[in-house]
This record gives sequence, C-alpha cells and structure tokens, in this order.
Amino acid sequence: MSAPARLSSRFAHRYAHRLVLLAGFGFLYVPIILLIIFSFNESRLVTVWAGFSTRWYGALFKNEQMLSSVWNSLVLALASASLATILGTLAAYGLARTPRFKGRMIFAAMIYAPLVMPEVISGLALLLLFVALDLDRGLPTMIMAHASIGMCFVTVVVQPRFMAMDRSLIEAAMDLGATPLSTFFSITLPLAFPAIQSGFLLAMMLSLDDLVIASFTSGPGSTTLPMRIYSQVRLGVTPEVNAISALLIGVIAFALLAGALLRRRTHAHAH
Amino acid sequence: MSANRMSSTPQEQAQAPKRRLWAIYAPMLWMLIFFALPFLLVVKISLSQTVLARPPYVPVFDLPLEWSDFLDRLGLFSFEAYQGLFNDPLYLDAYLSSVRVAGLSTLVCMLIAYPFALSLTRVHPNWRPFFFGLAIAPFCTSFLIRVYAWIAILKDEGFLNHLLLWLGVIEAPLQIFATDSAVLIGIVYSYLPFMILPIYVAIERQDQSLLEAAADLGASPWSAFWRVTFPLSLPGVIAGALLVFIPAIGEFVIPDLLGGSQTLMIGHTIWVDFFDNRDWPSAAAAAVLLLALLLVPIWAYERLQSTIASEGL
Repeated sequence: MSAPARLSSRFAHRYAHRLVLLAGFGFLYVPIILLIIFSFNESRLVTVWAGFSTRWYGALFKNEQMLSSVWNSLVLALASASLATILGTLAAYGLARTPRFKGRMIFAAMIYAPLVMPEVISGLALLLLFVALDLDRGLPTMIMAHASIGMCFVTVVVQPRFMAMDRSLIEAAMDLGATPLSTFFSITLPLAFPAIQSGFLLAMMLSLDDLVIASFTSGPGSTTLPMRIYSQVRLGVTPEVNAISALLIGVIAFALLAGALLRRRTHAHAH
Repeated sequence: MSANRMSSTPQEQAQAPKRRLWAIYAPMLWMLIFFALPFLLVVKISLSQTVLARPPYVPVFDLPLEWSDFLDRLGLFSFEAYQGLFNDPLYLDAYLSSVRVAGLSTLVCMLIAYPFALSLTRVHPNWRPFFFGLAIAPFCTSFLIRVYAWIAILKDEGFLNHLLLWLGVIEAPLQIFATDSAVLIGIVYSYLPFMILPIYVAIERQDQSLLEAAADLGASPWSAFWRVTFPLSLPGVIAGALLVFIPAIGEFVIPDLLGGSQTLMIGHTIWVDFFDNRDWPSAAAAAVLLLALLLVPIWAYERLQSTIASEGL
C-alpha cells in the first residue's frame, strides 16, 4: 500500500469510528432525552408536543402515594445496603483470608449464584421462605430480601481488595502488639474502605432499582417507587411518569457527575 | 514454657483461621437461611398439589415433624405440577420462545456492541475514560424507566412511526409495540452495557504493537483485525454474550411492558402463574426447570471467569 493510500485509509477509519460512536450514543441516549423533553409537555398526550409546562412536576409533589413510595424506597435502600455491606464485607474477608474451610465451595457458590439468578426465581424463593416462617410481609422482609442479594454484590466488589492487600502491614501491626480485632479495625478495614464504599453504593442502587424481588416480598403499605411507577405504567404512558423518571435521571446524573469530579480531585491531590 | 513461646508462629497459624471463622459463619448462616433454604422450599412446593386455599398448596412436610407423620406425608408428594408443565403447550412454548428471544437479543447486542466498543478503544486516551463513562452511564438509571422510555417510541402513534411516516418510508404505522420485536429491542437496549463492558476491556488491554507488527508484515487493517484483534477479544465477547443471555431468559419487566398477549417468556409466565393464577406449585416447578435450563450457561460463565483469572488475561 502506498503512503497516501494508507493515509487516506487511516482517515476513512477515523471517520468510520466516529460514525459508529455517534450512532451508538444516539441509540443509548435518544430514548432518555425524548422522555425528559416530553416530561415538560403541556398535553396529556406524551407523543404530541403542545407547549412547555411544568404542571406534571407540580402534580407529582401533590401525589402523596408517589411521595410515600419514594420514602419507602429510600428507607429500604439505606437499610438493606447497610446490612448487605456488613454481611458482604465479612464474607469477603472470610473468603479472602481463609483459603480452606469446611463448606468453602458451597459458600462461594451461594455468593456467586444470586448474581446471575433470574430475579423472578430469587423473589419467588424468598417469598416462600417468608410464608413458611409465617412472617408478615412488609418493609422488614423486603430489607432482608434486598440485603441477601446485595451482600453477594458487595462480596464480589470487596473480596479482590482484601486479596490484594499488603500482608506486611497487618503483620507489622500485630508485631507492634495490636490485637487482631484492633488490627482489623485500624488497618484492614480502612485499606478496604474504597471498595466497601463502592459495594455499598452498588447495593443501594440495586435496591432502588428493583421491582421484581420487592413485589414478591412486599406487603400492604410498603410500595416502593419502582412498584408505584410500574403500576402506573401498566395503565399507560403518562406525563406524570415522565416527570418522575426525568427527576430520577437528573438525580442519578448529578450523583455520577459529582462522583467523577470528586474522584478527579482526589486523584489530582494524590499526584 | 520457653518452648511454647518459641513455637508461637505455628500456634498463631492454628488460631488465625479460628478467629476468622466468625467472619465466615455469620454471612454463611445468613446465606443458608435466605438463599439455600428458600431454594429447598421452591423444590418442595413444586412437588406439592395445587389447592384453592391460603397458602394455595398442600404442604408435603412441615416442622415439627414425626417419623410416622413424615411417611404419611410422603404419599402427598406429587409430580402433578411437573406433569402439568410438560402437558401444557404454554410452558414448552414459553421456554422455547424465551431461548429464541434471548438468543436473538444476544446476537443483536453483539453486532451493535462490538463495533461500538472497538471505536471506543480508538478514542484518544485522554478522552477515553469520559466516553467510556458516557457509554456506561445510562446503565445507572432505573431499568424500569429505560424500558418505559421505549413504549412512547414504539407505540403505533409513537415517535418512531411519526418519524417514519414523516420521512415517507412507510405509509401506515408499523405495529412494533406489543410484539416480540419490541421485546427484542427492549432487551438489546437494556443489556447493551453488559456486552460493551467486557468487549471494551478485552480490546483495550491488547498490546497495540501487535497491530503495528501485523501492519509491518504486510497485513491490511482488515485482515489484521480478523487475525489479531478479534481472536484476542473472543473471551470478552463470550463473557458479554453470557451476561446478556442469562438474565434475558428469565426477564420479566421487558416482555410485560413491551410485549403483547402472544409474547411468551418463562419469567413472565412464572409471575402470572404466581400472582394472577395463584398456582404456586406450577410457578415453583417452572422456576426449577428454568434454573435447570440456566445451569449450563452459568457453569460456562464461571469456567470462563476462572480461566481468565488463572491465565491473568
């Protein structure tokens, strides 16, 4: 291939890559952007533009069922993610530090299985447990259910951190007379903290997003936001659902942006 | 005494695991109660008979239990629910159609994600984290909302039909909403990041000098791609395919919101059996069979992950 030909082919390649990126990002973002635009639509029809209005956002803040479901979702996410983080971190520590113990294979399988288990099966199984134990279904059972799924994700995120940790720091602390417990809390845990934090956020996100497992394990009065949205969506597309969706997307976009900026700042400090 | 102090290291080694065991047994106990036990219950209820009652099944054995009682109860074991599954064409259709829709979605995902991931790795390194984040960000928004967004697009009077009519491509609105095609689009859109991520990682960590070597040896970019980049990225492609295929098979939300009355997917069937028909044994039996169906791909995924981990790829 002659030099100019190679150059022009490289040029064509660059444009082909840009075109692919443009098409890909279009596919990913157009549905979300349309949804946000039409949350500001005056008309009740969601696909015909009738002028700018924020009335659906106003209606949202007067909708008490919606507000109480937001509260339920937040309580559920915080409580289940906290429980999942404690259990998941313990499991990760146990798995990383104890290469051999009775039932390790079964334990590891139990940790990895829920990651790929269809939600319908997990939800059904947990519901049958609560029925068998004769527990009244409501927020507590939902917290237990979400914690059980969330802890597996926390374990998977945190375990590599414990595995990669420099043993000599722990040995040094022990040599200097620290008890195993104080070593764990003053050395091991702070070193794993970034991973534990990500695990907590992941568990919270999964809980906030879950419809299926929550539906199986919920009782009267414990409707979460996804459950409320789902029951409204089943009745049809409404601007009100668009408004709550747009708000949620805004919150998540803000959180992602803030997280990225924060990471960049700590990164800059580290160098 | 002094000998004891001298041998403190082996003593510590013997003690260390013991101290750590509480870190294992607490979560293990939790998992046994909230994961293993529920599964046994699913199997148990799949073997009971359906009755119209609360709870809607005849229990096979419950605690407390005596031996003679147990033998009596064994007589209540029934494969009725499983026989029902095999005799009712609905379930067989639901299984086959789940496999078909999930398989097709995986294929389409692959065809979209591969060029996209490849182009992402060709972005200037300074901008790459930004674009990569942009590709993964939609995944962080609610699953339900992303599926919901497609209803307004695919409906008969939706955005897509408006656009196509306006462009003059079609003369009458296309019926996409409430068909298997809509389910396919929904699955592809929702699970695309699962496919992009492993493929991107598999391409990005390839040594760029391999491509330069191929070019120096006279390979065209096209043949360099097929003989170097693509084979090296295959583990990522397979991982992505399993990450899409496994959850897509049991999907409930997407067929429920985008599919129509003729859309059959097993995750949806289990939900309907459970909530609408209140046929718990059938739902449980269908769940057990779905799990059996998923064992092969799940096992394949675990194998792939451990090979990747052990080879340090």
